[in-house]
Amino acid sequence: MERKIQLPITREIARTIKSGESCLLSGVIYTARDAAHKRLCELLSAGKPLPFDVKDATIYYVGPTPAKPGQVIGSAGPTTSYRMDAYSPAMIAAGETGMIGKGKRSAEVVAAMKQYGAVYFAAIGGAGALLSSCIKTAEIVCYEDLGAEAVRRLEVENLPVVCVIDSEGNNLYETGRTAYLNTL
Amino acid sequence: MREIQANLLTETIARLAVEANCVLPCDVKRRIEDARKNEPWETAQGILDKIIENYGIAEANTVPICQDTGVCCVFLKIGQDVHIEGDLRAAVDEGVRRGYTEGYLRKSVVKDPLRRRNTGDNTPAMLYTEIVPGDRLEITVAPKGFGSENMSRLAMLKPSDGVEGVKAFILKTVEEAGPNPCPPVIVGVGIGGTFDKAAYLAKKALMRSLDERNADPYYADLEAELLEKINALGVGPQGFGGRTTALAVNIEWMPTHIAGLPVAVNINCHVTRHKTALL
Repeated sequence: MERKIQLPITREIARTIKSGESCLLSGVIYTARDAAHKRLCELLSAGKPLPFDVKDATIYYVGPTPAKPGQVIGSAGPTTSYRMDAYSPAMIAAGETGMIGKGKRSAEVVAAMKQYGAVYFAAIGGAGALLSSCIKTAEIVCYEDLGAEAVRRLEVENLPVVCVIDSEGNNLYETGRTAYLNTL
Repeated sequence: MREIQANLLTETIARLAVEANCVLPCDVKRRIEDARKNEPWETAQGILDKIIENYGIAEANTVPICQDTGVCCVFLKIGQDVHIEGDLRAAVDEGVRRGYTEGYLRKSVVKDPLRRRNTGDNTPAMLYTEIVPGDRLEITVAPKGFGSENMSRLAMLKPSDGVEGVKAFILKTVEEAGPNPCPPVIVGVGIGGTFDKAAYLAKKALMRSLDERNADPYYADLEAELLEKINALGVGPQGFGGRTTALAVNIEWMPTHIAGLPVAVNINCHVTRHKTALL
């Protein structure tokens, strides 16, 4: 059974989402991946404001393909998250409560998630054509020069994700594999 | 001597780049669908269903299966009796430029690995050429995503490590990659040669049809054994647990030095793309 979540995710809501829970996200999310995170964190360390409100924001690690005529956005599946590990603790401290990507996270990221109250979701990697149908609007917020890596504001409807790591540090990549192996 | 105009390469590469990115090869589809039938873990079944639904949507609408439309690897097997009329390198890059621009594919290449400015048109291609007998030109376009490329590894093992050392290294590479390369994966392995040749063989192994086993029964058995061992790891589709961690293990090998045992593992995701044309 999927849990419907209306964005934004507050820190209180973040603490109620549990590892292994399938969720459908609706509302506003922002996209950012490697190059955008680098710039955002440079602003944070300089004490400057970010180009969008990061408080209670959910960030999707994605660099979509260009939209074909008539499309809102091209294929838009998650990229591998560990490349954002260097930046995520600062983003979480600044207010980010949700991250969407795929793959493992570092101990530092998990520690920040526990300290502040944030969740890490995975979307299905390599299912970009399917996931793009949940994106209803897309507009560039900043860093247009980065092309696919620009920060975009997306309105999503029932975006299917799974909570992999929750705010207590439980991790589906560990528990899911163990549970399966225990059935053998 | 047969003349082939360079602009024919351009047109062919542009077309293959779009087709490769939007239509998953039949052998890969069959492996995924077979894996779905044999997958006992419910979460994994659900993910494989979504993966199947996704490539169906991509093919029906001519949209990329995955947003990482990759660096564009181009393999040319050039008959030694062929003469290319025009600039080969420029023709290949123009094909990539056209395919990625007109086909609405993502431009994912930076000009310089350290200064990292996007080239804006996905050029240059990663170009591999091989001279073969005959007067034909075979072109394979293989977009390669970097989620899986980043999880690839190379080891210069000792001869005394033997086949057990090779197996252990391959298993360790896949297990450590875990959920990162979008499992179920396809594992390309290169054994032998030199440091660079092993890596090239591993990449080449990913071009081989999944319906085809290694022609040498010794290596065919090794492929089957490794696939079974990888699928006993329990990583599963997307790393959430399950049987289907890999769809295939393809090994290519070549002679090497008496002092060495190079082994390279090039991981590809379930969106393993390549498309070939023969001119």
